[in-house]
Amino acid sequence: MDFNLSTPELKFRDDLRAWLQANVPADWEKHRTEDEMLARFEFLRDWQKKVYNAGWAGIAWPKEYGGRGATLMEQVIFTEEMARAGAPPLANVLGLILIGPTVIAFGTDAQKKRFLPNILNAEEIWCQGFSEPNAGSDLANVRTEARLDGDYYIINGQKVWTSYGWAADWCALLTRSDPASTKHHGLTYILVNMKSPGVEVRPLRQMTGESEFCELFFHDVRVPAENVLGKVGDGWNVAIGTLMHERATLGAGMQITFKRQFDRLVELSHTIQRNGQPAAADPVMRQKLAQSFVDIEIMRLNQMRAITRINQNGVPGPEGSIQKIFWTELNQRFQQVAAELLGPYVQLTKGDGHAIDDGAWAYSFLRARGNTIEAGTSEIQRNIVGHFVLGLPKSY
Amino acid sequence: MQFALTETQQTLKNTVRKFLAAECPIAEVRKLMETETALDPALWRKIAEQGWNGMILPEEYGGFGMGMVEMAATMEEMGRALLPGPFFSTVLMAGPLLEGSSNSSEKQKYLSAIASGEAKAAVALLEDSASWSPDAVQLKAASSASGYTLDGRKLFVWDAAVADFLICVARLNAEIALFLIPAKAGGLGITDLPAMDSTRKLYQVALDSVSVPRENLLAEGKPARAALEHMLGVATAGLVAEMTGGMQRLLEMTVEYAKTRKQFGRPIGQFQAVQHLCADMLVYTESSRSAAYYAAWAIQERVPEAGLAVSVAKAYSSDAYREVGNRAIQVHGGMGFTWENDAHLFYRRAKASELAFGDATYHRERIARMVIDAGHVQEAQPILSAVHS
Repeated sequence: MDFNLSTPELKFRDDLRAWLQANVPADWEKHRTEDEMLARFEFLRDWQKKVYNAGWAGIAWPKEYGGRGATLMEQVIFTEEMARAGAPPLANVLGLILIGPTVIAFGTDAQKKRFLPNILNAEEIWCQGFSEPNAGSDLANVRTEARLDGDYYIINGQKVWTSYGWAADWCALLTRSDPASTKHHGLTYILVNMKSPGVEVRPLRQMTGESEFCELFFHDVRVPAENVLGKVGDGWNVAIGTLMHERATLGAGMQITFKRQFDRLVELSHTIQRNGQPAAADPVMRQKLAQSFVDIEIMRLNQMRAITRINQNGVPGPEGSIQKIFWTELNQRFQQVAAELLGPYVQLTKGDGHAIDDGAWAYSFLRARGNTIEAGTSEIQRNIVGHFVLGLPKSY
Repeated sequence: MQFALTETQQTLKNTVRKFLAAECPIAEVRKLMETETALDPALWRKIAEQGWNGMILPEEYGGFGMGMVEMAATMEEMGRALLPGPFFSTVLMAGPLLEGSSNSSEKQKYLSAIASGEAKAAVALLEDSASWSPDAVQLKAASSASGYTLDGRKLFVWDAAVADFLICVARLNAEIALFLIPAKAGGLGITDLPAMDSTRKLYQVALDSVSVPRENLLAEGKPARAALEHMLGVATAGLVAEMTGGMQRLLEMTVEYAKTRKQFGRPIGQFQAVQHLCADMLVYTESSRSAAYYAAWAIQERVPEAGLAVSVAKAYSSDAYREVGNRAIQVHGGMGFTWENDAHLFYRRAKASELAFGDATYHRERIARMVIDAGHVQEAQPILSAVHS
């Protein structure tokens, strides 16, 4: 066992750390809390251009496509250092993590040339159109229709839960091209220009009050057949390739975020009063805070074992589901501990003068509910673990 | 960064598993637990012949000088087999305490005996207060003309009846002191405490004016406390690895049962309600494994946060082993509630292990002292920069 970084990894980390220290915009916090969504997004787009110009965007991509061919370890370091520095997220996160790698894996030379550079420099923002009202956990039930008409596909249907739909220039859309097909067969992955006539975007207001997600409606949208990614009818395999990428390194940044929040809670526990003494001295709160620390630490250790396993086996496997179950449920317990520590103050929202940390804790308490649903519910993750890891018979 | 066993470590682990599958199958465990002391001398000898008793002891004492990670891999397999007998108290408790002894001739003599398997040992720490904190030790030791006299009572001592010697934690002139007491010492009364887990017997050890010669004082004051802290770290990390092995066995048994037991015309493992219980068991088991090996590594490398790593591991696995046991019994249904099914054997060990060396509540309070009372907020620790940041 070895928990040290290699010399090249240390150099990578130190270079990145130094760059972040010099370049993370000082006014990010102000933009994050005060800007309207679209204004903030323009800020993030500029930030990604800056990151790109310095050579830090899409580091996992091969060099020939504008990346750095970063190792998995370097990707983890990147995620960690971004979180550690409190850096703004990259605007085109779905393009960088999901769609770009899928284009690299399945795209034609022309497609790679057309799409990849504009993903890296944030000129074209991407969203992913997978889920539908009747294809959520049961994603293979996709109904959005792609009907071939000459050199074009005519798209009709509806997508939902589309992150960044409101900002996107392009959509990676999972469609059913063979109307007679069922389940995983007869699906096609196609790249759709969001400015095409017939595309309608409706922001979906979530329980936190914001609109991270959208509903997308497609009415007779014409898409050139050359925009099909991979083979017609092979869309399921193309789509699944991206979903695996989604879980591989995400945890590294989350762990740092939780630890930063935990440290802040510890700080608050020395000033918030409970039963006539600082909450830090209250035996019950001490137990609960310590359990949160345990959870966050276990997440870190599980993550290290998972990274080692991916390095040995080459690909992210179904074990990613264990991580997803763990961190999402951890966050829900953790946010409840935070809420108990803050007491009545936790309910005060952004803008209220009495709110602690400008209502950030009310937000994170509500937002955590989404964690066990988005990117595969905890129930689906447990099904995956039951079948693919433990070898229990499929339930459906 | 590499958080996995090396090939050599994995080979060792496989060897231990194979050995115990042959020499200590569950039928042997059941046979031993019905005996008075749960000791099989022949099995003890065979284990000693493998060299495992001296695994973590330095070569100068006849040991192999291996690390805590190798020990953890071995303990995981012993926990998986539910190995009865005094291996734990001898190798993970008495050994580390003797290592901290300031008395080099006794140290040489007894550590060599432990390494060779010649000696079985027990450690008497807990008293009526049932506290794992060294501060709670009250048992009185007094200087006498020929050495020391000890008076008092110890409780919850593992495998005391089969030990050739005990190490007793006592208070000498208000300081912590460690005494080596031969099993044959006059005034020593060992009585069993019938308890939940009969694969690991508990005893009361009464000391009624027990006299020991001067050289039997192993350490006193600061070195004694340091030796005790060292032992508690090693033993707790070893126990967490052992607990992980028990969880692994429960998980395997349960998944196997869910695949074969049929109701409503299909294996019960096809029902999501059952699958999800099994998935939880895997999450608990893997998480305990991560924590156990990290704690073992931290002790082996003597990193500053070793104490924290050990408490995190024990806080987590204390709850996890019980939760895994709860689910194992539940999935087995009526069978799981029978004496004949093995689930309860592990469940009993889970409870005993939870209570040993401090339960989750105890370790969470220790963690609170380290992370809340530290007086300053630690910087968020990147996953991969645990040691050199």
